[in-house]
Amino acid sequence: MIDLSILINNLDTYLEGFKNTVLSSIIALIGSFILGVIIAIFRISPLKPLNWIGTAYVEFIRNIPLLIITFFFFIGLPALGLTLSGFVAGTIALAIYTASFIAEAIRAGIQSVPKGQMEAARSSGLTYLQTMTKIILPQAIKIVIPPIGNQFINLVKNSSILGIVAGLDLMYFGDIVSSTTFVTFDVYIFVALFYLVLTIPLSLGVGYLEKRLARNH
Amino acid sequence: MDFAGALSGDHLKFLFNGFMVTLYIAFISIVLSFIIGIIIGTLRYAKIPVISKVLALIVETIRNLPLLLIIFFTYFALPEIGIKMSITAAAITALTVFESAMLSEIVRSGLNSIDKGQIEAARSSGLTYIQTLSKIVMPQALRRMVPPIVSQFISLLKDTSLAVIIALPELMHNAQIIYAQNINYVIPIFILVSVMYFIVNYGLSLIARRLESRQA
Repeated sequence: MIDLSILINNLDTYLEGFKNTVLSSIIALIGSFILGVIIAIFRISPLKPLNWIGTAYVEFIRNIPLLIITFFFFIGLPALGLTLSGFVAGTIALAIYTASFIAEAIRAGIQSVPKGQMEAARSSGLTYLQTMTKIILPQAIKIVIPPIGNQFINLVKNSSILGIVAGLDLMYFGDIVSSTTFVTFDVYIFVALFYLVLTIPLSLGVGYLEKRLARNH
Repeated sequence: MDFAGALSGDHLKFLFNGFMVTLYIAFISIVLSFIIGIIIGTLRYAKIPVISKVLALIVETIRNLPLLLIIFFTYFALPEIGIKMSITAAAITALTVFESAMLSEIVRSGLNSIDKGQIEAARSSGLTYIQTLSKIVMPQALRRMVPPIVSQFISLLKDTSLAVIIALPELMHNAQIIYAQNINYVIPIFILVSVMYFIVNYGLSLIARRLESRQA
């Protein structure tokens, strides 16, 4: 059976890791959302060079492993003379990686609003910016929320990458607990439960939003 | 930065070998996951009393865990309860467990996307439930599943890199061995390895997109 005393005796260690996993996820979530919106604007912008930058970002970042991006900040930058902690390197990498998926979700949402609406709004005298903020975005946001929610769940799971670069997260402190107790199985069952405490409510929430927004649509 | 030194013939060959391991492990895992995913997805779709609920619980638990944790657990924790595997077997097992959960959801939503009227029509024209599933619903659903499965394969190719924590000799692992020799190799190797992943995954994503637009 699973030894509960491992959890009780090492609760502080687990909670420290849990706190850092949550913290890294929240910082990366905000960062990836802001960056994702900017990249999405680039991608749908009528200006060609911005368009290229947006497309290049999304296509390149989406198609390489998060681990490489993380190692770039944790091992690559020090080789160039800039040292970051595992927590900082991992969190930046998470934000950069997730932003490419969020940008893609936002772009798909905006482009799912029929083109005729943009033309109608523009010809009735609204500026491009007004059309975007008053007509297109309010409709797009409904389509965009569920996929962005899914990306945030992935982000929380992906934050375990911090464990590889000594980023003080749940995986990292799981390792600490298992090296002091000489137990691996039970220790990581509890690590898994801590992750589920975060991801299951998020999944249920996203599932609920998906159903509700689909009904209104 | 030492591009010439980092990208010598021996190193390129070593990286290529690593990439072959990445592709091999990812391919075996996706094939196994597809088979298991079809079984689980269909059982869940068929809403068989207890079984569907139990499978739902297992699938949701696995889907909500980090893959890194599953890989680590498979190789380092399972031996404590007597299940000991080689690195390769552990990598394939962990990836298959995780991907089966993912693919079962793709299968289930593919099956759900087929109009219920077709099932009623097939049943009332005398086909059994099993016949309806295998002859009417599944063939149509399979076609719709192809693009998301290709996307899932792209994720899997990237995620195989997580097996560095159990020292699977895949691309990232071999890259680490090379850049550990010389700090000036780090950036050139990162660039090359990124480009390798990018070329294969971008190519696959173009295929997925073409398949999607053909169906639309």
